[in-house]
Amino acid sequence: MSAYPGQEGLRDPLKVARGMGASRSGVRPWWLQRVTAVALVPLSIWFLFLMGGVLHADYPTVLGTIAQPVHAIFLIAFVVCLFWHGALGLQVIIEDYVHTRWLALTLQIALRFGALLGALAGTMAILAVWLTGASYY
Amino acid sequence: MPNSRPLSPHLGIYRWRINMLQSTLHRLTGLFLCLGALLVAWGLVAAATSDAAWSRFVAFCGSWIGLVLLFLWTWSLLFHLVNGIQHLMRDAGVNYGPANRDRTHDPVYWSAGWAITAISVVLTVLVWVLLLVQAGGGAA
Repeated sequence: MSAYPGQEGLRDPLKVARGMGASRSGVRPWWLQRVTAVALVPLSIWFLFLMGGVLHADYPTVLGTIAQPVHAIFLIAFVVCLFWHGALGLQVIIEDYVHTRWLALTLQIALRFGALLGALAGTMAILAVWLTGASYY
Repeated sequence: MPNSRPLSPHLGIYRWRINMLQSTLHRLTGLFLCLGALLVAWGLVAAATSDAAWSRFVAFCGSWIGLVLLFLWTWSLLFHLVNGIQHLMRDAGVNYGPANRDRTHDPVYWSAGWAITAISVVLTVLVWVLLLVQAGGGAA
């Protein structure tokens, strides 16, 4: 019956040649997008309240607010989830709308650099304020 | 070399539904919120840098362009949040499936989209009223 070695029914021979094919790890970004979304539901509501309290405050109060351990820890969690969730979303947007191979690849790499840099900058800034600025409070 | 093959979905052949607006807005607000993430990073780095850097950040937020952007970011965040909760519920299978899309079987299925859009607008106004009251109280 089979026209190619390894072909069974409707299965593409290319899938056999490539081993397990695209399945298995393909659902990981989909799951990560949902998991970071679940985390961002309470974190973003909390962040709105924090921002509302801080925007009209003077500089020492801002540092003191960030330097509180509970705030610092939740801020780091928020920043990491924010950039991760955003990168996953932008990845899908690029996959959907950019069909020129070199441009899509360039944007995907630039996106990963940007998201990592943003998350790193935010996290390091929070740590810097938390670990050095506690005296301002 | 751009790919010239036709793309799905073929939007022209569908009757307009509120879920099309939800889907489009979810993507657009998500895209816009990614820019907001950069503002968050700027604010945190500014706070870690110096008083002057933080003042520049606050001055940008308080400028007209900053206030308009912050208002749009607030609404984007709240719409993406409320609509995202519906996404998560549908992912979990709540009210999902062909039977639920039948108006006679479940009249709430489609109107939930209008409710989500309305709730996001109401919450945005509420947040900004609270912010303005707080700013007014601080000045007085």
